[in-house]
Amino acid sequence: MFKNLMSWIEYRLPFMDKMNLHVMQYPAPKNFNFWYFFGSLAMLVLVNQILTGIWLTMNYVPSAEGAFASVEYIMRDVDYGWLLRYMHSTGASAFFVVVYLHMLRGMMYGSYQKPRELLWIFGMLIFLVLMAEAFMGYLLPWGQMSFWGAQVIIGIFGTIPFVGEDLTLWIRGDYVISGATLNRFFALHVIALPLVLVILVFLHIMALHEVGSNNPDGIDIKKDNDGSVAQTEADKKFTFHQYFTRGGKKVIVDAIPFHPYYTVKDLVGVAGFLLIFAWVIFFFPEGGGYFLEPPNFEPANALKTPAHIAPVWYFTPFYAILRAIPHPFMGAVAMFAAILALALLPWLDRGKVRSMRYRSGLHTANLINFCISFVALGVLGVLPAEGVYTLMAQIFSFTYFGFFILLWFYSKNEKTKPLPVRLT
Amino acid sequence: MSNAPVDHGRRRFLTIATSVVGGVGAVGAAVPFVASWMPSEKAKQAGAAVSADISKLEPGQLIRVEWRGKPVWIVKRPQAMLDELATHEDKLRDPASEVEQQPAYAQNRHRSKKPEIFVAVGICTHLGCSPTYIANDFAAQVEGVTSGFFCPCHGSKFDMAGRVFQSVPAPKNLQIPPYMFIDDNTIVIGEDEGTV
Repeated sequence: MFKNLMSWIEYRLPFMDKMNLHVMQYPAPKNFNFWYFFGSLAMLVLVNQILTGIWLTMNYVPSAEGAFASVEYIMRDVDYGWLLRYMHSTGASAFFVVVYLHMLRGMMYGSYQKPRELLWIFGMLIFLVLMAEAFMGYLLPWGQMSFWGAQVIIGIFGTIPFVGEDLTLWIRGDYVISGATLNRFFALHVIALPLVLVILVFLHIMALHEVGSNNPDGIDIKKDNDGSVAQTEADKKFTFHQYFTRGGKKVIVDAIPFHPYYTVKDLVGVAGFLLIFAWVIFFFPEGGGYFLEPPNFEPANALKTPAHIAPVWYFTPFYAILRAIPHPFMGAVAMFAAILALALLPWLDRGKVRSMRYRSGLHTANLINFCISFVALGVLGVLPAEGVYTLMAQIFSFTYFGFFILLWFYSKNEKTKPLPVRLT
Repeated sequence: MSNAPVDHGRRRFLTIATSVVGGVGAVGAAVPFVASWMPSEKAKQAGAAVSADISKLEPGQLIRVEWRGKPVWIVKRPQAMLDELATHEDKLRDPASEVEQQPAYAQNRHRSKKPEIFVAVGICTHLGCSPTYIANDFAAQVEGVTSGFFCPCHGSKFDMAGRVFQSVPAPKNLQIPPYMFIDDNTIVIGEDEGTV
């Protein structure tokens, strides 16, 4: 009876077949390490943001008059409102922690290289939408830092020659940031951008499953079926969806089905993540002033600028680049170029070997240079732009872009190590 | 179904014509969505000119008036402040106010209609923060200058005529809004001709 129903559905919508294709019979390389937690963790945080976000809108009032008070109301009077709100605000920071580590993983193991360029592009689009989502969300509590942070970020568009002034007027819908701005940001934050985000995540995963997951060795697990690589007994234990063998043209080696092997492994990652996440929510929900900044506990006031305006920590590396350049428009251009350079990685890296395990020492050093530059810019973005800090921001902006330029030069004829045939 | 041969030229014409008409329709349909983001009539009303009473303004005192939601400063500069404007012009980016950041009547050393009354939009030309008025201790920021404005966001500095100092992030002098005096005690900000 149940079996009949299932096959009735399957004939009309091949649900089980798609589940097999993407989950139960999806071949994942067997050597994933902890760096591979962050993709599934990003999805977990997305679910957390959507769920807590929906619940927050039930009590939040999107207006210049009511927003600040309604957030206080959520924090003080709504049962567990404080928890939902802290899960959402801490979730925003967690999202960026997880996404930055996810991106670093891709850089270490060359996951952006051919044939995963489009997958990487979708990832970068997700990152952009995520930044827009975080920025607009930060305006909603209508605190001092919400207001003045938005002032600075919208001001960036005002630096565009000729159209800048009109563009900022159009974005704000008023001569200043006002209730009109708040309401449109609210609409974008709770409906438009989440929709786009979910669609992009879907495309990201579809693009991933089409080309297959990369792995720490950066070698393919789908080999041509010409007898050059033989399947071992272990390889033959699993059944993978016939889609992946391309009708017998490929043999799959050193792979395990995503479910149950990686679903269970990811659960360990989830447990570890939730442990830290809960610890922050319960003991440091403001993240020492970095997740929720102190001036934001004061309502927005257009006539009073806080003494020091710094964006939330996840924007600071790019913000530091913006400030490092004395010319406002060129600063904005440099900031966007910093993101664009990441998106162009598949073409800036001309190497054929993916994983840093088999690439030159220079490449490893360059990756370390990137990490140091990124973190240093992040720290400098929080500090006031004065004297030696400005100089340091300029130096680290230089080394940040230097990563990409160096990469382009040495990757063409890089001295790499021999690649193994099978995963190690 | 007739079996007449396909007229490819006709088919191509119809495809292009349909696409063009559809495209025009799509652009037309986008108009209300884009236009609805412009300031509403209500917002434009709120952006109208404001007047302020300056009869009680003491020398050296700064008052803020809200115009279009922006802080507009009105400062009554004593003679000492006016004299100082001439002393540090070599340290300024645009001492003669050549960049159009002011109405023509404010393109002078004191950047104002009446020398003693300084009116400016109190928003830093870098990224829109509001600088702090430092009446006496500005020498800590720029040597030899007694008073000025200091932006806490990114450290931009302006003198008492809103002129920006060199080597700070702000590229331009502070903006001077259009304004006029109705009488000795009343100033109107946001309008400089006709009767308000």
